[in-house]
Amino acid sequence: MAEHDHDHDHQHGSELSETQLRVRALETVLTEKGYIDPAALDAIIEAYETKVGPHNGARVVAKAWSDPAFRRDLLADASKAVSALGHESRVGDHLVAVENTPALHNMIVCTLCSCYPWEVLGLPPVWYKSAPYRSRAVKDPRGVLADFGVSLPKDTEIRVWDSTAETRFLVLPMRPPGTDGWSEERLARLVTRDSMIGTGLAKRPEEVA
Amino acid sequence: MDGIHDMGGMDGFGKVEPEPNEPPFHAAWEGRVLAMQRAMGYAGAWQIDMSRFAQERLPPQVYITASYYQRWALAMERNLVERGYADAEELAAGHALRPAKPLKRKLTTDVVRQGMTRGSFYRQAQAPARFKPGDRVRTKNIHPPTHTRLPRYARGRLGVVQLVHGCHAFPDTVAIDKGDNPQWLYTVVFEGTELWGAEADPTLKVSIDAFEPYLDPA
Repeated sequence: MAEHDHDHDHQHGSELSETQLRVRALETVLTEKGYIDPAALDAIIEAYETKVGPHNGARVVAKAWSDPAFRRDLLADASKAVSALGHESRVGDHLVAVENTPALHNMIVCTLCSCYPWEVLGLPPVWYKSAPYRSRAVKDPRGVLADFGVSLPKDTEIRVWDSTAETRFLVLPMRPPGTDGWSEERLARLVTRDSMIGTGLAKRPEEVA
Repeated sequence: MDGIHDMGGMDGFGKVEPEPNEPPFHAAWEGRVLAMQRAMGYAGAWQIDMSRFAQERLPPQVYITASYYQRWALAMERNLVERGYADAEELAAGHALRPAKPLKRKLTTDVVRQGMTRGSFYRQAQAPARFKPGDRVRTKNIHPPTHTRLPRYARGRLGVVQLVHGCHAFPDTVAIDKGDNPQWLYTVVFEGTELWGAEADPTLKVSIDAFEPYLDPA
């Protein structure tokens, strides 16, 4: 399948890509052997399409912005703090939250594969899994940020966390100014997926008006 | 292994190109691959580092041109065949031709939640931790031909222990069926200039999560 990089479904007609045929064959073999239940596959896919996503992480961030005790718990033991919120895909044992400040900007990468905190952010976007991001984030993070249209002050420390083990990282972005008194629900709308990876910042209030 | 997968610091791949409003999957088969991987993991057919190692052993030209889920599918085929769950003839035929190899359990619709929960990688410590936060360490200059989670750009480098994550299963042995071999895990921080030389961004610090066998005192 690699020689023909048909990475897209042929939505119309009967033409099936080499990859589609190969994956179909794989599923048929595994099903006939009794290893897998196609209905369980359907349920997993549905969960990732509808339930597990960055809205889970946004809720965590908004709560940390609003509730100093939760923020403290999150930074001390993110697995424990997030588990208490009860997400669909329960968080594992190894989540670490890292906090952005005016002096420090955190960015998450996995140079060796594509490790990502699925439980709080859902499936990783293609760019996160791509060679340009995996190669450059640890060497030229300001260049990567520029690709996202983000520019930080020259003296801000940039801290890149390479996810080389089973530890997973969630960035706690800075709370935007002008949001005093906002509810957690309203704050969560400011929290983008990229702000929790560290390739973006939380939205300003006027961006969600 | 010093493979194409170990990309940190390589030049020439170009800009990062975010896709606006990216869907969870770009084709239906991608979801099938992801879910099959979850199901086989739940069944105990192999562990995650065995999947990673199977991807790393793909020919570099295949690794670099295949999409993420294509790599998963190729690695899954390799693990199925190498571990005796299916053979190449069956995969080519698209049908089971031989009896199944027993698995410890099966992911069914009533246990999907469990199938989506990450397992714990904590293991019983075999010895006290050798390092504590603030300790200076130097990563080893190792080049095992098999799976390791010490990236090339961080080998032989001076860093400081920041976090101690407890004792974890050791990917380097898990991936080659040599067991959990539990090891202490640390976040080790490096100055950008230590990794990339004097011309590096002076505001940059990079950390890796390093297993104790990767580290020497410094």
